Amino acid sequence: MIEYLVPILAGTLPAATPLVLAGLGELVTERAGVLNLGVEGMMLMGAIAGFACAATTGTGVAGALIAGAIGGAAGSAIFAVLAVWLAANQAASGIALTIFGTGLSAFIGQHFVSYSLPGLQPVNLPLLSGLPLLGPVLFHQDPVVYFTLALFAAVSWILARTRVGLVLRAVGEAPEAAHALGYPVLWIRTLAVLAGGALTGMAGAYLSTVYTPLWVQNMTAGRGWIAVALVVFAAWKPGRLLLGAWLFGGVTILQLQAQGLGIALPSQLMSALPYLATIVALVLMSRKQRLLQTSVPAALGKPYLPGA
Amino acid sequence: MSLLEPRPAPSQWMRLLSPLLACVLTLFGGAILFWLLGHNPVLAFRVFFIDPLNSANGLSEWLLKASPLILIAQGLAVGFRARVYNIGAEGQLIAGATLAGGVALWLDGSGNPLVAHITLPLMIVAGAVGGGLWGALPALLKTRFRADETLTTLMLTYIASLGLAWLVNGPWRDPNGMNFPQTILFSDKALFPLLFEGLRVNASVFITLFAIVGFWFFNARSFLSYQLTVAGQAPHAARYAGFSGARTVWFSLVISGMCAGLAGVGEVAGPVGQLNLNLSPGYGFAAIIVAYLGRLNPIGIVVSGLLMALIYLGGEAAQVTLQLPSAITGLFQGMLLFFLLGADVLVDFRLRRPRRHPA
Repeated sequence: MIEYLVPILAGTLPAATPLVLAGLGELVTERAGVLNLGVEGMMLMGAIAGFACAATTGTGVAGALIAGAIGGAAGSAIFAVLAVWLAANQAASGIALTIFGTGLSAFIGQHFVSYSLPGLQPVNLPLLSGLPLLGPVLFHQDPVVYFTLALFAAVSWILARTRVGLVLRAVGEAPEAAHALGYPVLWIRTLAVLAGGALTGMAGAYLSTVYTPLWVQNMTAGRGWIAVALVVFAAWKPGRLLLGAWLFGGVTILQLQAQGLGIALPSQLMSALPYLATIVALVLMSRKQRLLQTSVPAALGKPYLPGA
Repeated sequence: MSLLEPRPAPSQWMRLLSPLLACVLTLFGGAILFWLLGHNPVLAFRVFFIDPLNSANGLSEWLLKASPLILIAQGLAVGFRARVYNIGAEGQLIAGATLAGGVALWLDGSGNPLVAHITLPLMIVAGAVGGGLWGALPALLKTRFRADETLTTLMLTYIASLGLAWLVNGPWRDPNGMNFPQTILFSDKALFPLLFEGLRVNASVFITLFAIVGFWFFNARSFLSYQLTVAGQAPHAARYAGFSGARTVWFSLVISGMCAGLAGVGEVAGPVGQLNLNLSPGYGFAAIIVAYLGRLNPIGIVVSGLLMALIYLGGEAAQVTLQLPSAITGLFQGMLLFFLLGADVLVDFRLRRPRRHPA
């Protein structure tokens, strides 16, 4: 049993990494009161930006992550103009961003179909990686996995403990009050949307340059939408988001390792597992209406018009 | 400082002008794109929007593509008016197509002449049932478990396409198909009759025509349609008036699912002629844009559906003539929806005039 358990647990962290990054991006955006359903599109824009950068410049994964962040933020900038500054319907604007990002990434990606990238080797953390079970599972991962966890800790800390986080949350709970205190609500929301886009773009770049280092059209395969669902599942709390992402990472890996475990279901049906799990997660959350109602940002999805 | 100020009342003029404005802006965006790619924009537009319609075959292909887009968008518009965001029509299309394809595989090849006559009608029913069921699931999840329908309809789209992938890779695969993920080609009994010799446009366009008339009557004449609109625009008022929110959700999702399922039948019993993994070039997603661009109005959707079909044709032509990737279609679709949403802001708001400061 243990020889099956280790690869599953060890694969969980990398599989969860794009969900952690994209989910965190959407969480930051939604805590500022903006619902951006364009995660899937921004993730694809980040994925192709990162891939193109890594394939043409030789700046490696670090360059790819930066390019991915820029790509995702560029997508979110279009969304911000519409949904924040022009007060357009947020749900429709996000869906438009997903359609646009899917088209744009496929368009650019046609030049890169036959490329493949070296990916990234896992690093052994000194001493710790020698531990039985825990060593290979936790301390023998690629550097981006650790970087993501550090970024997650930093963003959660900023949200919960700093003035910046307080102002961002105020804008999502009571934009009128924040405006009356002199905070530029629209600019703060714009920055939150851009930060969310950058994190989401990085998630895409990780997918296309590290997790499966080659370009496939629509390679995110719904992970952006799963990230949106995870934020609901997490009741807008970063800690729950991380647990949810690991859970889904585990489900993804379980499906890949199923044959080794002697599960004879056809691979296509196993691949449906993460999507099914997303629906189950949303259904389970229906029992927690009080948690949802007390933690949803009060101004989520509502456009704000100062002085209107 | 906001750029906008509310209008005293929504502008009915802008409601009609905004789609036109969006089209003009998309053309400008497209011209810049073509220019950046090193093509003469005027020539590129000719390839994209004029040449495809220059022949009888072109017109036939245009109708063939417009028909499913219009049919799906008619159904989606019912929900969108009531603010039920079904964005998984692609999955409902696949579900309908799969069930209809199953019927074809089951009945095709039976020598019985009676069976031959009922194959296509049964496929049509199966498509509506399959799409309707795939729409009913998110309705159940929404009304019973308050699960957001944007997410569930989309997740069910992935599940539907994986289910189809399993069927055409496994139990339903054509044994003589060199392991390609596809079923056998259906015989004529399981296909819509062609309207003209040598052209691909077929009798499935009558389903769309019937739907246009039906939805027009429903929209203009029925009390239920009025209830749905009230439920969308003023949910509290609707609740006071005793209109049920759950019924709105069920009706919207099932009717839009059925339309998408029927569009799926049009593909498998039409130009595709079998079940495979390229049933739909994203019609279910493009229909979202068609519905909004057509102002959620049954007649408007006919116009916007024809336009969207032209973008699909243009994308194919640009691939052949200009060697541009066909993904350019998706790019145009995204731009169009962006510009439409931006222009729609002018329905409820006007640009704030710069105020002169008193000296």
